[in-house]
Amino acid sequence: MSALLRVENLRTYFHTRSGIVRAVDDISFSVGEGETLGIVGESGSGKSVACYSLLRLIPQPPGRIESGEARFGDCDLLHCREEKLRAIRGNRISMIFQDPMSSLNPYLRIGEQVIEPLLIHKLASPNDAFDLGVAALREVGIQDAAKRMRSFPHEFSGGMRQRVMIAMALITKPELLLADEPTTALDVTVQAQILELIRRLQQEHGTAVIFVTHDIGVVSGFCDRVLVMYAGRVLESGPTAELFYEPKHPYNQALQRSIPALHERGAELHTIPGAPPDVTQPIRGCPFAPRCEFAEEKCITSEIALKEVTTGHATACLRVQLGEIDLTPAAVAGE
Amino acid sequence: MLRFIAIRLAQAIPVLFVVATLTFFMLKLAPGGPFSAEKSTTPEIQKQLEAHYGLNKPLFSQYLTYLGNVVKGDLGPSFKYPNRTVNELIGQAFPVSAELGFWSLLVALSLGLSAGIVASLRPNTLTDYIPSGLAMVGICLPIFVLGPLLVLVFALKLEWVRVSGWDDWIDRILPALTLGGFYAAYIARLTRGGMLEILSQDFIRTARAKGASPARVVLRHSLRGGLIPVVSYLGPTVAGLLTGSFVVETIFQIPGLGRYFVTAAFNRDYTMVVGTVLFYAGFIIVFNLLVDLVLVRMNPKLSYE
Amino acid sequence: MNPTDESRRSSLWRDAWHRLAKNKLAVVGAIMLVLLTVASVVGPSLLGQSYFAQDLQLGAMPPSAQHWLGSDTLGRDLFARLLYGGRISLAVGLCATAVALTIGVLYGTVSGFLGGKVDAVMMRIVDVIFALPFTVFVILLMVLFGRRFVLLFAAIGAVQWLTMARIVRGQVLSLRRMEFIEAAEALGLSKARIIFRHMIPNALGPIIVYATLTVPSVMLLEAFLSFLGLGVQPPMSSWGVLIKEGAETMEEFPWLLIYPGLALAITLFSLNFLGDGLRDALDPQAAKD
Ligand SMILES: Nc1ncnc2c1ncn2[C@@H]1O[C@H](COP(=O)(O)OP(=O)(O)OP(=O)(O)O)[C@@H](O)[C@H]1O
Ligand SMILES: [Mg+2]
Repeated sequence: MSALLRVENLRTYFHTRSGIVRAVDDISFSVGEGETLGIVGESGSGKSVACYSLLRLIPQPPGRIESGEARFGDCDLLHCREEKLRAIRGNRISMIFQDPMSSLNPYLRIGEQVIEPLLIHKLASPNDAFDLGVAALREVGIQDAAKRMRSFPHEFSGGMRQRVMIAMALITKPELLLADEPTTALDVTVQAQILELIRRLQQEHGTAVIFVTHDIGVVSGFCDRVLVMYAGRVLESGPTAELFYEPKHPYNQALQRSIPALHERGAELHTIPGAPPDVTQPIRGCPFAPRCEFAEEKCITSEIALKEVTTGHATACLRVQLGEIDLTPAAVAGE
Repeated sequence: MLRFIAIRLAQAIPVLFVVATLTFFMLKLAPGGPFSAEKSTTPEIQKQLEAHYGLNKPLFSQYLTYLGNVVKGDLGPSFKYPNRTVNELIGQAFPVSAELGFWSLLVALSLGLSAGIVASLRPNTLTDYIPSGLAMVGICLPIFVLGPLLVLVFALKLEWVRVSGWDDWIDRILPALTLGGFYAAYIARLTRGGMLEILSQDFIRTARAKGASPARVVLRHSLRGGLIPVVSYLGPTVAGLLTGSFVVETIFQIPGLGRYFVTAAFNRDYTMVVGTVLFYAGFIIVFNLLVDLVLVRMNPKLSYE
Repeated sequence: MNPTDESRRSSLWRDAWHRLAKNKLAVVGAIMLVLLTVASVVGPSLLGQSYFAQDLQLGAMPPSAQHWLGSDTLGRDLFARLLYGGRISLAVGLCATAVALTIGVLYGTVSGFLGGKVDAVMMRIVDVIFALPFTVFVILLMVLFGRRFVLLFAAIGAVQWLTMARIVRGQVLSLRRMEFIEAAEALGLSKARIIFRHMIPNALGPIIVYATLTVPSVMLLEAFLSFLGLGVQPPMSSWGVLIKEGAETMEEFPWLLIYPGLALAITLFSLNFLGDGLRDALDPQAAKD
């Protein structure tokens, strides 16, 4: 499968008064055409910052993309000229933001905002754009779409606003959609509808999706492959099912054990002792080592890279890479 | 909307009433009268004059008569210029002040908005420090310092313009710069603040994610919200432009309402003073109403209550 | 009685102090103000020049070793007059601000604390007064009742208390909803005690900030009135008076306009910078505009 987007060694730091926040610290991944890549991780692990970095939407200052490359077609998103990036933003790559309440402009009508990508990228005449906008709103399930085009965001509920965001992101039929926790702010029933909606639109248009969430349950039914992020790094990546049923990294394993839905009934739920590390300090070795039951001296002292251990399944656990531990359920059961 | 306007105008009536009453009794309480200053008049003539203008009647009946006339739209005869009415005098002086105010507002808005927007685009860099610093200078340099300084440089030293007068278009330049300069500085600060606030909002990131150009981000997505504080400030500002014109009209010898008012107050020209104050108050009320109407248009969350 | 409240407050003040100390412009402003105040309070007696002694033979002379900033048309030393005028200008600034502060804080606190109908009526009154052409009234007052010093304070204070009242009311309203005030009310503390021990100290930040920003606008108003010939009487002088006199003779004797103008501008600069710095330090939310 040819990669639509290939990200290498992305580093995004925030130079704040209390020190350098290493929000994204050397991550690499790729997304194939039409593929759905999930990014999971706790709050603050750098998921949003990673997405924003791809479209250079980091507030600068204090943010800065320190290194890396994001190859999309013939251009490097992180370094290409501003005009070139602008031609891609909202056209070939769209983004849905985490908070639907604050991400729509309260001073502009819904219609104007929904059709704006078409006008900016000159994909339709204003008249056609209006009809396309009505159709897009209808498609995301907004009643009375033609009339609603004239509404303002504050007249919409949170779920409706998120639908508007989705309509707006998909109206140009992008090749890649960055969905940053599109459902976290919504209640469970709306959440399911929105997911269904994204999936349907994705199938119709063949759009690739990077789906960010901290809810592992959502990922399992939705994504082809998953990245697990922790303290700005990727600790594990692989096909969804494998990642869940055969975790290779102790952090991932601990995560799985802390999810009630995936867990066998009756077994006790785990919580991970300790707290994520302070990302203002440079971390040597594995960022999870201080909380890891398998950690050894070398986990803290050596540089650790993400390495494939089975086809398509990579982990950043040094001991797994060296074959010293095996966390797959079969191996654990057999011990 | 019509209801909103009607209610606001109805609310203005008691305000105008209070203004008229306050000014009327303040004038009567103050020592001196319109004819006491004129040494040429004998006491008899003074008596006659007072009788002619009804000043010998009891205070309260004078007050009622005056109010009655005001309600009819008649601000009475001027005491100082016996054959002119206050309506005429205001009608003659106000256009001058209004023109001065107009040019000043133009200066204030064009300088203030552009400086404020430029400063907000890259906060805490040179393109912020220079306009912000200039704005601070503008705020700390009062009109009555700036005006004479401008005269000193451009009229006396460089001789580009005349020191004072109000005949040619060229006479408008210095007064408008003087009066507009201060407000430009204030508007620049407000604009910068408002724009910074808006530019840090999430929806600006959304706009950029859609591929909007920097110009589009500013013009279409930020300006509306960012200028709300400026527009709210414009109501009182226009009042300020009118009152500020006292000084500018004095410095540049402009025959505007501000000068008439001060002269009238010194001369105890009762009707002229009350008339002018009422006119000012009415003007401010109307302008605040206009500003509120504009604000409702700008901010979709507001509605005509 | 309420240790968390007390300690929270003291650490807030310490943070604010640090933030202020880091703001260079605010520190420079504060130092300038101290220097100006000291100079205008003790300066006139140290200088050995009288602000009213005339020397008609001398007339207006540019700055020299004898008269550091030159002399005016009556041969009076400009530096001495400037220092003396500074005394008046600063005094007017401080006193009128004090008047505005007292009225505004009392009015705002009562309105916010009582709330409901009373609050609505009291704030409506403020709105109405706010819509009046106030400068016009002040001018009228000064013209009609003579150029009395007390009147000047009263008139200026009367204009400036409105905004103060609004700010304090807003603070008090938001404080009322906070837990420690509700707790104090539940404990049956007297209203006066709640107001003076809890509300006002907690609203102090914005009050100080606004007061600092009121002083320059008051000084400006005084100078404005003086410029129109409605300020203090000769031979007393304030910066406004000096600027007015300077403007009349600026063609021949420009220094008579420039130095007083500079003095006023520098003072306003310092006050504004200090005010902005205090606002950033004490009231981070309001610091945006
Ligand atoms: N503008 C900023 N300035 C300074 N630090 C920032 C900024 N934006 C993000 N960060 C920091 O970057 C880190 C990663 O934040 P990010 O928003 O990517 O987390 P996240 O994984 O998306 O979390 P969540 O699930 O809560 O959305 C955090 O430590 C955060 O504090
Ligand atoms: Mg996030």
